[in-house]
Amino acid sequence: MSYKEIIAKYADKPGGIIEAYHAIQREMSYLPIEAVGETAEVFKVPVSQAYGVATFYSMFSVKARGKNIIRLCESAPCHVAGAEEVLAALEKELGIKVGESTADGKFALELSECVGQCQATPVLTVNGKPYFEVSPAKLTGILAEYK
Amino acid sequence: MVSITIDGIKASVPDGSTILQAARSVGVAIPTLCYHPDQSIKANCRICVCEVEGNRLLQAACSQPVAEGMVIKTRSPKVLEARKTILELILANHPQDCLNCIRNGNCELQDLAMEYCIRENPFEFKVRGYKKDFSTPSLFRDQDKCIMCRRCIEACSVIQSVHALGVENRGHHAMVVPTLGMDLIDSPCIMCGQCIHACPVGAIGEVEYIEDFLKAVADPDKIVVTQIAPSVRVAIAEEIGMSTGEMPMETFVTGLRQIGFDYVLHTNFTADLTIVEEGNELLKRLSTGGTLPMFTSCSPGWVNFCETFYPDLLDNLSTCKSPQQMFGALAKTYWAEKMGVDPSKVYSVSIMPCVAKKFEAQRPEMNASGYQDVDVVLTTREIGRLFRMSGLDFTKLPPSNFDSWMGAYSGAAVIFGASGGVMEAALRTVYEVATGKTLEDVNFTATRGITGIKDAEVDLDGTKVKVAIANGLANARKLMNQVRAGESPYHFIEIMACPGGCIGGGGQPITKANAKRVERIEAIYVEDENLPVRKSHDNPEVKALYDEFLHEPLGHKSHELLHTHYHDNQKKYL
Repeated sequence: MSYKEIIAKYADKPGGIIEAYHAIQREMSYLPIEAVGETAEVFKVPVSQAYGVATFYSMFSVKARGKNIIRLCESAPCHVAGAEEVLAALEKELGIKVGESTADGKFALELSECVGQCQATPVLTVNGKPYFEVSPAKLTGILAEYK
Repeated sequence: MVSITIDGIKASVPDGSTILQAARSVGVAIPTLCYHPDQSIKANCRICVCEVEGNRLLQAACSQPVAEGMVIKTRSPKVLEARKTILELILANHPQDCLNCIRNGNCELQDLAMEYCIRENPFEFKVRGYKKDFSTPSLFRDQDKCIMCRRCIEACSVIQSVHALGVENRGHHAMVVPTLGMDLIDSPCIMCGQCIHACPVGAIGEVEYIEDFLKAVADPDKIVVTQIAPSVRVAIAEEIGMSTGEMPMETFVTGLRQIGFDYVLHTNFTADLTIVEEGNELLKRLSTGGTLPMFTSCSPGWVNFCETFYPDLLDNLSTCKSPQQMFGALAKTYWAEKMGVDPSKVYSVSIMPCVAKKFEAQRPEMNASGYQDVDVVLTTREIGRLFRMSGLDFTKLPPSNFDSWMGAYSGAAVIFGASGGVMEAALRTVYEVATGKTLEDVNFTATRGITGIKDAEVDLDGTKVKVAIANGLANARKLMNQVRAGESPYHFIEIMACPGGCIGGGGQPITKANAKRVERIEAIYVEDENLPVRKSHDNPEVKALYDEFLHEPLGHKSHELLHTHYHDNQKKYL
């Protein structure tokens, strides 16, 4: 589905901008500038406001990024449980730094705030699906699901 | 009414007052930053916090309404300490280069840092390190200085309905950016500069051309000529410590000669000329079935707005150039010829209340004289700086007169500086041209004042002409949507981009409230009343210009020099 078709689906919903953005990201993993412009037009808000919404929430990105979004929690409980080693291993495994995407376009690596699963730290999510008690050794298996 | 106690003072204030309003009404000062008297309450800077008895937390005075029996402390040690911390936090990532800042000496943050005796800042100093945006010839942005009060955003979106500015990101990373984080020139910005007045600090300012001017003055080969826009005189006084309107025109002229101008002429001359051309254009459109309503085209911020947001209505815009550009085209043709000087040596400087004029002067089509018609545009603020740099004492300067051929003007030209003035000036001329009768009372008071939208009907010997006036582009937008829908009852519409008209222009002394604009408007009409000639077509030098050079309004030479065309400049993202 093109972003235009996706946006049109939410046009009549009050506050539908955020839902439209989520739907676009499910399709393209980020919000192209053209899609933000189209959203503004359809929802009859200035582009500066549609852009404000797109950049306010950390789960939205207006920059192109890899298809599968890995987000590692950087809150205190995960930190204490060794998130830093997991991050180093992730960066090594993927060959990228936080905020970057792999050259094949498969993965984007980001940090997130607490996802509310502090009983099983460290936690990471891939496309919103949580993985618990992550260790460097578990990473290859997790990533294989998305290759 | 509600009874309250502020700093031990018992007071009775209207229901619904905020603590800030109540305090000011009893003479208690509370500092503010994000608060602006003509804007909505934002309460994001917290500098106005006060102690309210019974409340554990400090309250923001700008947003907290008073309640019966409330006991407020605005200067307790707890309050002072909190304000100081807030200032320190703001200053911890605000560049400390006040000495080089365009707002040095006129900055709300600098004033507060002084008032609160900020010395050692306990917080780590870290400037964010954004690139300065000098993409437009009119205004620049220095994001590092932004304190996120969001007053510029409100000026741009609510007052002007342009929406060129918005917020990117959230929390600590939040930043005011032009649309989609682009450079200002790629955003819908129409360069009116109202954001400059809204900004409490130096995060937005005009692009200065003072060095260019001084270089031209130093060049013996250059003949430096100036024109002063109608609204500059009333406001320039504020730049040099006088009251609004207090600077006598003759002293102002001497001051300009002192800072290096070889010839001092007046935009008022071409304002009169604009009226003769535009008045005749209106009559022609009325009699030949031309596109109506006709829009005035003097305000370059408005012209940019029309090109950006209403490109389908460009045929409605009068083809008359603005007075600045008519002057520019004539200075290097008619005036140079009259003076027997080589036009290539004429360096034409205009003094404007406006930053969009800087953009207008650089439009590629503004070269009818064979040169760039206006070389440099200086704002009222820049002239104020040049006056201060030169150390002039205006109480001791002798008076002097404008130079010949393009220095005479009528009261009709003077009122161009206020919203409704162009309309009134046009009506004074159109009435006499259309009816052949003498207009006994030249005052069309319905067109005056700072009200956003005004309208009137004028009887031209049986023909009723309906006119409307808007200042501030959110008001203009209402009239434009009517025109676009084919529902406009008007024949002639005057639009000024800035609230109050040019007296409130983006290049005027930093204007902290609309009340100041009203004062300037009053000073404009006093000047009009006191002039012997009050109709544009009675200006003797304009008559001479037609007799000797242009021959007739809307004639061949006029079209070559005084009229222009517009461009569809609809941006991809508005």
